[in-house]
Amino acid sequence: MKTFNKGGVHPQENKLASNSKIEVFPLTKKAVVFVSQHLGAPATCLVKKGDKVKVGTKIAEASAFICANTHSPYSGTVTKVDMATDFNGFKKPAIYIDVQGDEWEEGIDTSTEIKREITLEAKDIVQRMKDCGVVGLGGAAFPTNVKYMIPEGKKAEFLIINGVECEPYLTSDNRIMVENTEEIFIGIEIMKKALGINTAMIGIENNKPEAISMMTQMSKKYKGTSVVPLKMKYPQGAEKQLINALTGREVPSGKLPIEVGCVVDNVGTALAIYYAVQKNRPLIDNVLTFTGKSIKTENQKNLLVRVGTPLQEIIDYCGGLPEDTGKLISGGPMMGKAIMDTSAPTVKTTSSILVMNNKESKRSEPSPCIRCGKCVEACPMGLEPVLLSILCSQDKWEEAEKECVMDCIECGCCLFTCPANRPLLDLIRVGKFRVGALRRARAQK
Amino acid sequence: MSVFNISGSPHVHSVMTTKKIMWGVVLAMIPALLVSIYFFGINALVLTLVSVASCLFFEWIIQKYLLKGDLSTLTDGSAVITGMLLAFNVPSSLPLWLIILGALVSIGVGKMTFGGLGKNPFNPALVGRVFLFLSFPTDMAMSAWPKPTPLFGGSSVVDALTGPTTLSIIKQGGDLPSVMDMFVGNVGGSFGEISAIAIIIGGIYMLCRKIISWHIPVSFLGSAFVFALILHLINPTEYVSPIYHLLAGGMMLGAVFMATDMVTSPITHKGQIIFGCGCGILTIVFRCFGPMPEGVSFAILIMNGVTPLINKFVKTDKFGYKK
Repeated sequence: MKTFNKGGVHPQENKLASNSKIEVFPLTKKAVVFVSQHLGAPATCLVKKGDKVKVGTKIAEASAFICANTHSPYSGTVTKVDMATDFNGFKKPAIYIDVQGDEWEEGIDTSTEIKREITLEAKDIVQRMKDCGVVGLGGAAFPTNVKYMIPEGKKAEFLIINGVECEPYLTSDNRIMVENTEEIFIGIEIMKKALGINTAMIGIENNKPEAISMMTQMSKKYKGTSVVPLKMKYPQGAEKQLINALTGREVPSGKLPIEVGCVVDNVGTALAIYYAVQKNRPLIDNVLTFTGKSIKTENQKNLLVRVGTPLQEIIDYCGGLPEDTGKLISGGPMMGKAIMDTSAPTVKTTSSILVMNNKESKRSEPSPCIRCGKCVEACPMGLEPVLLSILCSQDKWEEAEKECVMDCIECGCCLFTCPANRPLLDLIRVGKFRVGALRRARAQK
Repeated sequence: MSVFNISGSPHVHSVMTTKKIMWGVVLAMIPALLVSIYFFGINALVLTLVSVASCLFFEWIIQKYLLKGDLSTLTDGSAVITGMLLAFNVPSSLPLWLIILGALVSIGVGKMTFGGLGKNPFNPALVGRVFLFLSFPTDMAMSAWPKPTPLFGGSSVVDALTGPTTLSIIKQGGDLPSVMDMFVGNVGGSFGEISAIAIIIGGIYMLCRKIISWHIPVSFLGSAFVFALILHLINPTEYVSPIYHLLAGGMMLGAVFMATDMVTSPITHKGQIIFGCGCGILTIVFRCFGPMPEGVSFAILIMNGVTPLINKFVKTDKFGYKK
């Protein structure tokens, strides 16, 4: 069975919610939708206080090449456009909507009927991705249409679909692969058409037998798309590691996947593309997992939630937080971010609310490095985290740059594996930040 | 709004800790200790306990009164490993005061002068051992090793008999013990090093628990074997079969427990292989061409000294830099 070539760790899977069917989360009353929910230049807000919006109304527009539209996930009235706090505690411009009813924009197909025939041409597909505000749902929220505009001189050979879900606890990708199998395959057909290629590979880790069997079954119907079960190893869902696992190729340092002829997208993105192209339905919701070790089994849920729903409402819907809650995480336990404020709303890429109990939520005290080399063994990028962390703690930014600190993908394997609990990744993040600033300063000269 | 803990990712941690690694090594040394008690009697146990106790005592006193540091390092097991390894490297007839002195040098000079756990460039147990070996050659002597006397073997006078070690027989001539005796441990020598099988069991345990990787032991033993084999093929009368080199003296103990000390060996696997090969080849050079029968301790200490250089120049293959 295939897997990537360097490093990796095996955290406990804890896929506690993998059998909970996707539930549609009820509409909130007061929604807060961030103007920009993607990686890249900020979008421009199109609405003002008092405007009436419907579900699917464009409320913020892409203002640059790497930028994405945002659509209203609700019908109702805009009460204000103001700063709001995201779950990390940062203030960002947001649109506050008083929700009234559930009225959709015209031209959006809200039926559940599967539409198989692809009528749009390649160029129009890419335009539609842009119009519908589709971003990468693997976590980075990179505007999807940009990936499908292949730079001159480059050629796409493989479309790689990421169904790995290597993060412990997360089960939303698993559920959509089981419940929306055909829609994902149609999405993949659309993506192949946009790229003008016939080969697609779906990588799924072998701890999801139900998803693998459903997807393999469906792949018989769609020629040129194959399902590849992968040996479990974190971080297989990282773009570069997945390409390596499936094709054996290595994306050169600092380059994009297209350099080795690959375009990579998440299964969630494939589903969003299906809705955008076949149903003209913008990206206004996604599936998130509510889970945690101390959560009761019946409250382990996969929910289809509209963007802009306050996290607290989701928590209340799932029976509230247990007494011993110590930490909340948005995303998986390896790369997710700690939630500061539960009144913050969900965004396009919110993939989970993970509840950790008091004991799990604290890091152990660091002890002296015993130079065991486990971090070096675990690093999927082949870096030396121990060396980088020492350089970064001594402010030796240039040396850290020479040791390839910028290649770090922040997967967390080094800190996960360190027997001395040293804050390796924390120091490396500081280094990446400082080296990035150095590089920008150099570019300005 | 409730208040939760905030930290950077990752939010989960592997179960492996420094403590578990160190106590795992201690556990892995138990079979070797049991075999030595069987062959050398209660002396072996007393020496080990005294050595461990003095190592802990010296670490405690230095940490508390000189470094004024954190006393929690005492329980991490590293001083226990040093104590056991030091004891394993001496003859069972060694006077107790000497092992206490050796422990002082091991912990005081070999470890704490550099700042304690993780900062020592040389394996502390070997520092202590070499100090004893060079300063008290009569007590650490190569000619007066207690003969192994199995506990249930009938002989009531433990330690009354002395005999040469396998390596001194190789050096000075005489009848070599059988390979089987060397494998089990029925030979003269430092009491922890005699039984290859007990050490291998410990090594396999550490490999399975991922406390050590195969790179150092395999390259150490492999390179020693190949080098000794070449010498043996060139001149079989002068140089003994490589099997003897692998099983005799401190080769096994060195390759499994001492060269694999994480603190004093290279970080990358490539570096570890270079380190292991260096240890193996140097050991055979010392044994075959040096004035003394044994060379494992010196070989490992020299390679410990080379480790920072290996770490500097032997780098990992980074992802995305393939040409």
